[in-house]
Amino acid sequence: MRARLAPPVLVPLAVLAGCGGHARPKPSTTPAEIGGAKVPPAPARKAASGTFTGADVPTRFGDVQVQVVMRAGRITDVGAVRLPFDRPRSQFISQQAAPILRSEVLAAQSARIDLLTGATFTSDAWATSVQSALNRAR
Amino acid sequence: MGMPIAIEVRGGDVDVEPAFAWLRWVDRTFSTYDDSSEISRLGRGEIALADCSPEVDEVLTRCAALREETGGYFSVRAGGSLDPCGLVKGWAVGRAAALLEQAGAECFAVDAAGDVVVRGRPGDDGPWRVGVRHPQQRAKVAAVLGCEDVAVATSGAYERGEHVLDPHTGRPPSGLLSVTILGPDIATADAYATAAFAMGADARFWVAGLQGYEAMLITSGREVLSTPGLDRYRIS
Repeated sequence: MRARLAPPVLVPLAVLAGCGGHARPKPSTTPAEIGGAKVPPAPARKAASGTFTGADVPTRFGDVQVQVVMRAGRITDVGAVRLPFDRPRSQFISQQAAPILRSEVLAAQSARIDLLTGATFTSDAWATSVQSALNRAR
Repeated sequence: MGMPIAIEVRGGDVDVEPAFAWLRWVDRTFSTYDDSSEISRLGRGEIALADCSPEVDEVLTRCAALREETGGYFSVRAGGSLDPCGLVKGWAVGRAAALLEQAGAECFAVDAAGDVVVRGRPGDDGPWRVGVRHPQQRAKVAAVLGCEDVAVATSGAYERGEHVLDPHTGRPPSGLLSVTILGPDIATADAYATAAFAMGADARFWVAGLQGYEAMLITSGREVLSTPGLDRYRIS
């Protein structure tokens, strides 16, 4: 029932879903300050371009905050500024363990099912933060 | 808890009201959205643990054990204030399932916002078919698990709308899209899924050490990583 404990080591925090590679988008004409919630002035024209940071949305596991990059009114990139557990704490990962996990390519199926398992909580906070970023882009 | 919980009973006339009454009681007692709930008053220091229902102590004790087990990734104070919701949902659903069994249900499913408990076989054509939601295509599943007398929980952060690609590589960013944990106890499976998701890519090392629980990780590199024991549940 219990996972084996190993000595604490620090784990890179920028690898949570969807945020790898997104923390520092290429500079745009109106860059936002990452994590600082500093938002560029809303462009006067309809088709917004730039980087917009959404509201910090609390979830039961921690805060979710996203950043949206827009070009001519279209979203070209969405990344996480903050995700739950994105804070310093002592952590452990068993480096000695050589897990034999099976690997396959993700497939999209339309199979008949009785029930669906999937996250609903963080994704809603994510959507809320995206929406607020879009509101700021207007 | 602010989430839909569905109970499906196959065959026989079973009273589901005790299970729902239990869930409503849990909501009243543990709701962090209700300032007058026991958990809210305990969090503010207005009452002591000894003044609370014994279930509050039970939940907090279990949270502390899970915190140890997950190296701190599972925490009741992740958001700053006292909030054991990460365990309460699974714990409440597990007990609701036990109440259904006491009421005579032999074949049923409880679905609490994507975390499921199943008992029995729903028909002659096999076990409950539990789809693992595809993290990028809402209408599709990534896998189908044949489940009987088992619990399945998933944690993830799904991106909605168009595909999101790393503009530098043209590929999805590295990391995890979702973690699914399968095992005997829904509360434990839920807490493990939460903790593993928070670990990011390194969760692969942690889930390999789990005992009695199987895992399926979906990485943002569109790779599905499964513990070997998950194979016997895979239908497709």
